[in-house]
Amino acid sequence: MTLNAFLFQVLNGLSSASGLFLIAAGLSLIFGVTRIVNLAHGSLYMLGTYIAYSFATKLGGAFGFWGGILATALIVGVIGALIEVVLLRRIYRAPELFQLLATFALVLVINDAALWLWGPSDLLGPRAPGFRGAIEVLGRRLPSYDLLLIVIGPLVLLLLHVILARTRFGRLVRAATQDREMVGALGVNQAILFTSVFALGAALAGLGGALQIAREPANLAMDLTALGDAFVVVVVGGMGSIPGAYLAAVIIAEVKALCVGIGVVDFGFVTINFSKFTLVAEFLVMAIVLIARPYGLLGKAQAAVRSIAEPEEPIRPATPLLKALGVAIFALLLCLPLLAQGSPYLLVLGIDVLIAVIFAASLHFIMGPGGMHSFGHAAYFGLGAYGAALLAKWLGVPFGIALVAAPLLALAGALLFGWFAVRLSGVYLAMLTLAFAQIVWAAVFQWEGFTGGSNGVIGVWPPPPFDRSWVFFLLTLIIAAAAVLLLRRFLFAPFGYAMRAGRDSTLRAEAIGIDVKRVHWLGFAIAGCVCGVAGGLFAFAKGSISPETIHINRSIDGLVMVLLGGVQTLTGPIVGASVFAMLQDTVMRQTEYWRALMGAIILVLVLAFPQGIAGAIGSLWRKLGGRA
Amino acid sequence: MSVLALRALSKSFGGVHAVRDVSFEIGKGEFLAMIGPNGAGKSTCFNMINGQLAPDSGEILCEGRNIAGLAPREIWRLGVGRTFQVAATFGSMTVIENVQMALISHARETLRLWRPAAALHRERALELLAQVGMQDAADRPSRELAYGDVKRVELAIALANDPKLLLMDEPTAGMGASERHGLIELVKRLVVERGISVLFTEHSMDVVFAFADRIIVLARGRLIADGDAATIRDDAQVREVYFGTGKTFAGAAR
Ligand SMILES: Nc1ncnc2c1ncn2[C@@H]1O[C@H](COP(=O)(O)OP(=O)(O)OP(=O)(O)O)[C@@H](O)[C@H]1O
Ligand SMILES: [Mg+2]
Repeated sequence: MTLNAFLFQVLNGLSSASGLFLIAAGLSLIFGVTRIVNLAHGSLYMLGTYIAYSFATKLGGAFGFWGGILATALIVGVIGALIEVVLLRRIYRAPELFQLLATFALVLVINDAALWLWGPSDLLGPRAPGFRGAIEVLGRRLPSYDLLLIVIGPLVLLLLHVILARTRFGRLVRAATQDREMVGALGVNQAILFTSVFALGAALAGLGGALQIAREPANLAMDLTALGDAFVVVVVGGMGSIPGAYLAAVIIAEVKALCVGIGVVDFGFVTINFSKFTLVAEFLVMAIVLIARPYGLLGKAQAAVRSIAEPEEPIRPATPLLKALGVAIFALLLCLPLLAQGSPYLLVLGIDVLIAVIFAASLHFIMGPGGMHSFGHAAYFGLGAYGAALLAKWLGVPFGIALVAAPLLALAGALLFGWFAVRLSGVYLAMLTLAFAQIVWAAVFQWEGFTGGSNGVIGVWPPPPFDRSWVFFLLTLIIAAAAVLLLRRFLFAPFGYAMRAGRDSTLRAEAIGIDVKRVHWLGFAIAGCVCGVAGGLFAFAKGSISPETIHINRSIDGLVMVLLGGVQTLTGPIVGASVFAMLQDTVMRQTEYWRALMGAIILVLVLAFPQGIAGAIGSLWRKLGGRA
Repeated sequence: MSVLALRALSKSFGGVHAVRDVSFEIGKGEFLAMIGPNGAGKSTCFNMINGQLAPDSGEILCEGRNIAGLAPREIWRLGVGRTFQVAATFGSMTVIENVQMALISHARETLRLWRPAAALHRERALELLAQVGMQDAADRPSRELAYGDVKRVELAIALANDPKLLLMDEPTAGMGASERHGLIELVKRLVVERGISVLFTEHSMDVVFAFADRIIVLARGRLIADGDAATIRDDAQVREVYFGTGKTFAGAAR
């Protein structure tokens, strides 16, 4: 690459940085003041693009375009305020995990709303009136609209700086960001402050989205992409720091632009196409920064805000009643193939449910007793699934060995990622696990020659007799039962106690000689390993896998399953996974708008049943005088 | 040789000199009280001794070996137990499980995956609970206990690895007068019977003067006095710190 080409890419990077900054700044402001990580922020950004598109095409002209962009920012700001007043206000005191889930429910609802309003196809807006041309820079043509974007980023940064430094509103925002106690003392003003901060953050996201209409088409995948980008920027810059967000936006946009600019490089012994690294690059930057500076480049250590919905009961061995129930269900499932002779679909559903149970039980293992809220459990599912499928496909490895290799690969991944993850906690741990899952996803997606890219791997069928669905079902049943019992055994053993000890009070645990990080690391590895079993079974059950298999949606599904069942009960993940998988395979298949439905379920769950199904049954049982 | 010796220990937070140039020793079987007004640096001293904080400078010698900068769990393995100013127990466990956890760790069994923990070291845990008078609450969830009882459970946990040195940061906070005397008496008995050395902080002067073998006084991060009850009572600097001039401990102690 020549120096000119390099500088040109730097300019390109700066114009992308502005968009990143707008969305990240809002996210950061909101987190700083309300301590809520707004997963729906990408959705607000997407709404911005769609609404601005409608203005620009329906009204048309310079007014429709430029006026539309400003109107969009206002409208999205109002939507943000509504979200804050109607939903978030109810969950400020809820555990972090619930807040994350509630805002993720909004992601689903908004996505389906956009599908309903604008339809499924991509919508490209008109070129910007007054900025249609390009100018000659460094011997290349740079669209003048990009130049405008380069200027807008720092301009907004300056504006925000002035607002925060000079106004009363700004003083309150800064005070609330720095000192939590302060916020409580604000009384009534607190509600107004939170609503207005949320509106401002939303408006910034809307503006960011609206400005994109001349650059990229509005589409339904924008919400999660934008969210992923914004996260990385905020976490790298430091939660709550606006200058940090700009710095991080520039770094990440530049790294990406340079990856594209470098392109294919021949090192003699190996040829690397750097433009394939764009998806992974930002997450790599994030992982490196979090490891070196756990609170981001310009962030400060946050005092842990711990809030547990209800204190947890000591664990007790299963009562005879529960044991009998377990045996009865197992026996019933053993007979399922006989019952299912008339409807083979029942067995497919059964396999789905059992795989979900293994997945959820392994996630619960670290989430509940370990207190580590992984937002990237799909990574280990994916390592297992792809590991088994690729071994079978490329090396012709026998079925049995592929099934054993799946958890081993997942174990290796979990040992590697877990080592970093256990050094963080709370939101930061959630984000880092998410980043790792995205890295796995992006690697699978972009490494086409090996993984089949977006087409995935097809034709992974088990050999006879496992090609008959009832045999495969029985195999899955036995493995699932073994996995669940094994994890349960671990939880009652000293290791499980040590894991809970580290979660309950790291201080006390370390003061009695427990190496909390090591215990949690091993817990993470065990969970990843067992999750890999589920992945391996999944690949052979479906006969094919694609990057979709390990998308962030699967990680979130896992969280919903665990919460649905109840994070504080050992039977919770089994109940939750069963209910969820059955809902997904039945109700959700019936409607095009399954996301909205799913979002509604999550919202009800979070607002009405914070203990989950098994938890609610348990406390009802105790209230009625029984001992569960 | 002394069980523990601090040599010119210092620690500051930003501009605040929490502990400045503090040196003292504690002998085997000695019951040593550390007193001082709020913010004097007592907890900071404790946190450095048990490894939660690394000192800026100075040495912490445990039976002659410098332990400054070791992790809390390593220092615990050397036989230094501790209770916290704000009691810390495992809320999702029963009282006896809390003690069993410490015994399991002492036996280096925390990474075992198979045998149920509830059956391990139960006898020994009951003995320890009996020593602090908590055996009847053994199977209750620890988060349900009254604060004074939590402090006793903490003591039982701290005793689980047969410590040679116990650090007790305000062990009687949240207790009534008679309960307070009971607990300190209990600790004093352990000191005598087992030869454990104890360093404790305590805001109630009557308890300190009645039970401590020796007293050291911290004020604004500095050690200003070190001696027996009579010496401390008559120390002008100590009186100044506690009462301004004029008053005496005789009037203050109840
Ligand atoms: N982690 C910390 N960061 C900043 N300052 C600290 C920290 N810990 C203690 N300090 C400061 O160091 C000084 C000594 O605090 P320390 O807790 O050691 O006092 P103390 O003697 O235990 O007081 P008390 O009797 O109230 O428990 C105080 O000024 C305190 O504000
Ligand atoms: Mg203190």
